[in-house]
Amino acid sequence: MTTIQPNDGDFKNLRSQDRPAEPSADLFVPQPLDATAREELAAPAPTFWKEAMERLFKNKGAVVSLVLLIILGAMALIGPSMNEFTYREQHIPHSNLPPKVAGLEWLGFDGKDVNGVDQYAQRGVETNYWFGTDEFGRDLWTRVWKGTQISLFIALVAAFLDLVIGVIYGGISAYYGGRIDNVMQRIIEILTGIPNLIVIILFILILEPGIRSIILAMIITGWVGMARVVRGQMLQLKGQEFVLASRTLGASDSRLMRKHLLPNVMGPIIVTVMFTIPTAIFFEAFLSFIGLGLQAPLASLGVLIEDGYDAIRSFPYKLLIPAVVISLVMICFNLLADGLRDALDPKMRK
Amino acid sequence: MTHELKEQNIRNAGQDDLLVVNDLKKHFRLDRKTVLKAVDGISFSIKKGETLGLVGESGCGKSTVGRTLTRIYESTDGEVHFDGVKLKGKLDRKTKTRINRDVQMIFQDPYSSLNPRMTVSEIISEGLVIHNPDLSQKDREKRVHELLQLVGLNKNHAGRYPHEFSGGQRQRIGIARALAVEPKFIVADEPIAALDVSIQAQIVNLLKELQEERGLTYLFIAHDLSMVKYISDRIAVMYLGKIVELAGSEKLYEKPLHPYTQALLSAIPLPDPEKERTREQIILSGDVPSPTDIPSGCRFRTRCPFAMESCAAIDPEFREVKPGHSVACHLYDPEIMAKEGKELKTI
Repeated sequence: MTTIQPNDGDFKNLRSQDRPAEPSADLFVPQPLDATAREELAAPAPTFWKEAMERLFKNKGAVVSLVLLIILGAMALIGPSMNEFTYREQHIPHSNLPPKVAGLEWLGFDGKDVNGVDQYAQRGVETNYWFGTDEFGRDLWTRVWKGTQISLFIALVAAFLDLVIGVIYGGISAYYGGRIDNVMQRIIEILTGIPNLIVIILFILILEPGIRSIILAMIITGWVGMARVVRGQMLQLKGQEFVLASRTLGASDSRLMRKHLLPNVMGPIIVTVMFTIPTAIFFEAFLSFIGLGLQAPLASLGVLIEDGYDAIRSFPYKLLIPAVVISLVMICFNLLADGLRDALDPKMRK
Repeated sequence: MTHELKEQNIRNAGQDDLLVVNDLKKHFRLDRKTVLKAVDGISFSIKKGETLGLVGESGCGKSTVGRTLTRIYESTDGEVHFDGVKLKGKLDRKTKTRINRDVQMIFQDPYSSLNPRMTVSEIISEGLVIHNPDLSQKDREKRVHELLQLVGLNKNHAGRYPHEFSGGQRQRIGIARALAVEPKFIVADEPIAALDVSIQAQIVNLLKELQEERGLTYLFIAHDLSMVKYISDRIAVMYLGKIVELAGSEKLYEKPLHPYTQALLSAIPLPDPEKERTREQIILSGDVPSPTDIPSGCRFRTRCPFAMESCAAIDPEFREVKPGHSVACHLYDPEIMAKEGKELKTI
């Protein structure tokens, strides 16, 4: 296809008024839009939290972790009541049965032990134990989810108490400053100076081992990290001009705390809590593993892992299943906390 | 300053003086041995509806003066009388509330002076919430809209967050916040230093308009000398915690007396290239001494081109050398000059 291009000469031959207008600067002028109209068109401003949530949901790892945590949490609540067994019910004839799930045989849930013998057929067991049984014939499915429930409970309560004590302590220390701050920081230094394992072991030896004493032992030193984070952030904020402005207006201490200081340290506080939870879960498991944790028949993930560890060669499923659950919980909490940190403080990612 | 002089100063303070500052000191104790003398005995007064400019280089104590007047810092010594009330120590509740309303501050950095977690409406109405807790939500909103319009913003801005605004707009929000409680006296602590030049003029003009409309009194702290001249009625020049010269702004620029003021003014570039080429700049030698270790006698003597023996021995008195023009320099003191055997500087 050919296009007909006009020659230069063709234009010259036209009379001037027939020529197309030369493009000039004022040929296209944008329609003026007054400032008020511009402001009205704009969408409402997203709040800080909305924006942070948007950023969080863009982070795939954090979203997957959040979903997994919700599933694990739900299982911890409903798992123990999904079959007819209770976590403490012993049934010696059914001891040490490997896991068996109808339809999931190809995944290893086939009821065969390490020697390849189908224990269910051999012993004539009719019911399927999804995660197998322990040496007393207790259903491990029920015990694993009960254990998850207890581990999560301990971790959440410990993290919450850390939060309350840490925020109050750090807040007071930073806000009032001076001598008060000095004394409070020296106390923290003394607390961190003592290896906390020793404090915790002593604590549990004095009190009876149990959920309450584990929680107490963990918070006795656990709040220090939170107090330091809050103090550091508040010290930085305290000198900011918006705080001074509020003080010139005559705002009370409580108003300054509530309206100006706390909302601005909320991000770091949430992130610290999210990192405290997996640490607490790990610590509880560790204490149980060295025999300072919960006493039988109560189960926590740490107790189950310790039981499984004793029989790792003949009954590996006893160790494997609780180990997978605790790893999932910890990885998920860490990934979610990472995601939250990036979402709440986008400056830090760069 | 001697007791007698103090008395005299208070007596001189006329009825129309809103703020009288007498020998104000603010020292910060850094550790057991070092004391940082940020403000070391300054006296001035500001009349109702007047603007006093406070200039000086960084670290000379300008901002500390402002913060002490707004009671963010507690003064170490000296007296501040505001509108007939003596501000010192713990005030009773009623006076404190009054001062918190009457004295407001505009801050230097528009990026840190607004709480990032509050909407503009919450920021501006904070003073109303504190001082008029009975005001209904609706009235408060109305007031916020009025204030936004007053400072040249749009009422649709009320629901937004500070990060959505430019530096100039943020400074306007800061001004609206200060005006919300209807103050009499505003300390503007370098309100234009963080803004670019075209915006600076807008903000200064806004401050001027507001002053005319509402009869506000300003203490305008800055280091931009031409801006200060534009907005101020009188200017005080500070050096290392003391006022070295105080005069009407025209007078000060025409005939600066103190060698420091002369050097400071000679640093202003001239808009006319011809004149700029021939401009003679007085370049001071050395750095500002540390405010933890202030030189004896006149604190400017270490950098002063006219320093004499007496300067190291005697701290020059801050006195009026001609009507409305005070200076703290031995060059204008006939007694000292006679002792030095030198000729008195002409005024």
